[in-house]
Amino acid sequence: MSSVSSVPVSLAPGQTSRLRVVFVGHVDHGKSTLIGRIFYDTNSLPDGKVDQIRKACAEEGMDFEYAFLLDALLEEQEQNITIDTTQIQFKTAKRPYVIIDAPGHKEFLKNMITGAASADAAVLLIAANEGVQEQSRRHGYLLSLLGIKQVVVAVNKMDLAGYSRETFEAVRTEYLAFLARIGVEARAFVPISARNGVNVAGRTPEAGAPNPMPWYTGPTVLEMLDTFEPPAPLVAMPLRLPIQDVYRFDDRRLLVGRIESGTLKVGDALVFSPNNKTSVVASIENWSGPSRTEALAGESVAITLKEQIFVQRGHIASHEATAPIESNRFKARLFWMGKRPLTVGQTYKLKLATQELDAEVVSVERVIDASTLETVTGERPFINRNDVAEVTLQTRGALVMDNHDRNPFMGRFVIVDERQVAGGGIIHGGVYSDRTKVKSANIYWSEGNVLPRNRTLRNGHRGAVVWLTGLSGSGKSTIARQIERELFNGGRQVYVLDGDNIRHGLNSNLGFAPEDRVENIRRVAEVASLMADAGLIVVTAFISPYLQDRRRAREIVLEGGHEFAEIHVDAPLEVCESRDVKGLYKRARAGEIEDFTGISAPYEAPENPELRVQTGHLTLEESVAAVLEYIMPRVRAVSEDDVAI
Amino acid sequence: MSTSASDLTLPDFSSHPAHAGKYAPPTPGSCPAFFPEKVSRSDSAHLDALEAQSIFLLREAFHHFKNLCMPWSMGKDSNVLIWLSRKAFGGHIPYPLLHIDTTYEFPEMLVYRDWAVRYHDLNLIVKINEDARAGRGAYAERGPIGYETADPVTVTHELKTAALQQVMAEHQWSALITGIRRDEDPTRAKERYFSPRNKDFEWDYKDQPPEFWNQFTTSCAAGEHVRVQALLDWSERDIWLYIQREGIPIPHMYFARRGQDGKQYRFRSLGCWPISGPVESGADTIDKIIDELAVTTTSERAGRAQDHHERNAMQKLRAKGFM
Ligand SMILES: Nc1nc2c(ncn2[C@@H]2O[C@H](COP(=O)(O)OP(=O)(O)OP(=O)(O)O)[C@@H](O)[C@H]2O)c(=O)[nH]1
Ligand SMILES: [Mg+2]
Repeated sequence: MSSVSSVPVSLAPGQTSRLRVVFVGHVDHGKSTLIGRIFYDTNSLPDGKVDQIRKACAEEGMDFEYAFLLDALLEEQEQNITIDTTQIQFKTAKRPYVIIDAPGHKEFLKNMITGAASADAAVLLIAANEGVQEQSRRHGYLLSLLGIKQVVVAVNKMDLAGYSRETFEAVRTEYLAFLARIGVEARAFVPISARNGVNVAGRTPEAGAPNPMPWYTGPTVLEMLDTFEPPAPLVAMPLRLPIQDVYRFDDRRLLVGRIESGTLKVGDALVFSPNNKTSVVASIENWSGPSRTEALAGESVAITLKEQIFVQRGHIASHEATAPIESNRFKARLFWMGKRPLTVGQTYKLKLATQELDAEVVSVERVIDASTLETVTGERPFINRNDVAEVTLQTRGALVMDNHDRNPFMGRFVIVDERQVAGGGIIHGGVYSDRTKVKSANIYWSEGNVLPRNRTLRNGHRGAVVWLTGLSGSGKSTIARQIERELFNGGRQVYVLDGDNIRHGLNSNLGFAPEDRVENIRRVAEVASLMADAGLIVVTAFISPYLQDRRRAREIVLEGGHEFAEIHVDAPLEVCESRDVKGLYKRARAGEIEDFTGISAPYEAPENPELRVQTGHLTLEESVAAVLEYIMPRVRAVSEDDVAI
Repeated sequence: MSTSASDLTLPDFSSHPAHAGKYAPPTPGSCPAFFPEKVSRSDSAHLDALEAQSIFLLREAFHHFKNLCMPWSMGKDSNVLIWLSRKAFGGHIPYPLLHIDTTYEFPEMLVYRDWAVRYHDLNLIVKINEDARAGRGAYAERGPIGYETADPVTVTHELKTAALQQVMAEHQWSALITGIRRDEDPTRAKERYFSPRNKDFEWDYKDQPPEFWNQFTTSCAAGEHVRVQALLDWSERDIWLYIQREGIPIPHMYFARRGQDGKQYRFRSLGCWPISGPVESGADTIDKIIDELAVTTTSERAGRAQDHHERNAMQKLRAKGFM
């Protein structure tokens, strides 16, 4: 089916994309037929389409089915049922639309949600001959949960109800009562016959035929579509720019992402949650044109910053005065589509904008039957497929969010199970933080040995060794401690090995003679490798002056199967000597310390370190940012194989 | 951007069988690419939203899949993908492109390909299913596969899908960025942005994963892959509006040439020359193409024989891994 229409139509003022309308309702109530009929009545079908459908229907031994326009899969046509959602473009004289057909069968609720979640408005169908059914109500409830407020109800198959006004009124009364309970206001109830084309585009099956429902004088379905309003512009809301990635393809460091709401200007001071670093926007890049000074909600941007702070995917940029909420514990209304039940206490991947965190459901307050609105049960340790529930969730690290009614983009999340999006949640009210609660024991036990990937699952990252090398006073320990603080705050397992905790215990029998130095480094490497085994990101801060020692260390760690990053903390001797925090250089120059690296012993600079951090030119913050930027993508759980138990 | 792209010009293809029919060969010595004049029309405000979503998808794909590739057919949608990729990544394209060469490409498209590689500085991998063409190896019993001997569905499967399978096995890509659009075909209208394919490339269209709020299926098991369909929301008309707005270079074959019968023809969709028919059209500018689309009632792929071979031919092809 091709883009076909008679006139190109522009968008209404203030509308930046096509209006998206989803068609929902109980199985077989005529959603696909209505869409097909709308296309037919407005001459929106490409040449040959009607013949093609006629042929397919004949092969299936059916009368003409308008639904075959959407139900294009063989399996759908054979069973005369919609399996998966379809999107198709369409235009009226007023504006262009994306029409979304959703399946009504309960089995395919996940596909209904996939279709409906992006809609701006909905047409809900109820067949007059069957009346309000289970999915009529469930779909209505889900629309309200998804935040779709513009709803038109089409009472279909009026031909099968003798075009009776009483039947129409009865359906209308019953469904109005239901909508009132979920706080949805329908814009109109339209009695139609989708198959016969009554009150779809015109009022009569054919031109000149009598109007079978003269008692109805309200708008047709087509007229109702044009009354929907485009979604409210998001530019006036507080800025939310979830960082998608940080690129360094050339000498620029680009932070990229889509502005979900608000406005961003060059010169704006941004705060990045959850680590609350701030920096100023230096530029908004534009590869194919002149660079810009302002970008608006909806745009995918690339920006540069004045101060090179550590930023990574998942950080949310905002303005300081209107920053989002940070919490690791919050309440949500959640719908579940997973094949396995969602289980309290089990760890899942939670995704909110570009954030990805481990999360668990702490408690299920109540499970709601989305069709009857009855509370199925109070507290219960699991949620079944197609259930809706009110829950409390807890994430491993701090999650950045908004309440859904304030900012939908930052107030909704999904939960992943078995690699697929398996549930969605809306964050509401009473956001609070409770970081003191001890995490309840994981009730899920796997058989056999604890494998590295089990640790990865629990930690959310792999173990690694970050080996800092450089002259005394070059900044190794300071950088190491700062990295430790950053990672720790971010919920990572991290530990620093340096002279303070190694020399006094494990290596207290070693001095500074060359052979002792060799042994010192060997032991450090072995310990670091063991700790990486245990799942930690280990940062070592030793001068480690000899190439060969560092090569050994690398071999030891690689043999253990871990990431090894040699980072040269590089400051000229003069700089280190002028810093001389502990007065060691002075004493070495005075001959009081023997074999002092840089003065009376050599320092063999790395030839090919993974990274060189020139602390003479960089601030501490910049140096730390450089190391984190290098290491973080490399300790990511590579695939869900890593995290599947 | 290499200057050497300008050294390439089109040779004389007048005796090539691809031009034996209605569509005349190109003018020898001309540039292989057409550079549209940049025009912003009042009816293209929605392009910003489409562009932003596509760039968002490309960046998601690049983040989640370390080893990914972008199949590139050199057609209009493919060239829009290149443009969007360069926008997404600050001018660089951080993944290789793949051309599945069926050996039935229009000769001027191959010149365009070489031109574009230089112009956009592409890392291009070209794959031909040599065994199928030569009737070797697994094809020894069936003999050479080609339009001369087999039906278009078989040829499409062997020279495109099977070729893709071979090159995927070689490179172990875990994601492919495709340029399919919902408006091309009813089965494509049911696609997800991130669509998983199993080891045999099969599309489980009866049980697709949920996808909403811009959260996608972003991982797969070894040997499987995910199709990232970055142009799903675009229509044929959007593609042209965008090419015009951005001034994206594209092949000449979308524009009208006068055939031997005195009538004018152009291609709406470019595929293998034995099965791609031009449509009668005098559109020799993008404005005229856009005007033509506003009144046309035939579908874009009407000229592609493999789609019409039997009922649901596309569904069957696509279920087995065709894009
Ligand atoms: N008599 C009559 N039949 C109708 C009408 N509208 C639809 N039908 C028939 O009802 C059957 C189901 O229609 P569909 O459009 O497939 O229903 P649907 O709501 O899309 O069904 P699912 O997508 O499977 O949930 C088809 O056989 C239609 O021809 C109508 O107004 N009158
Ligand atoms: Mg249907």
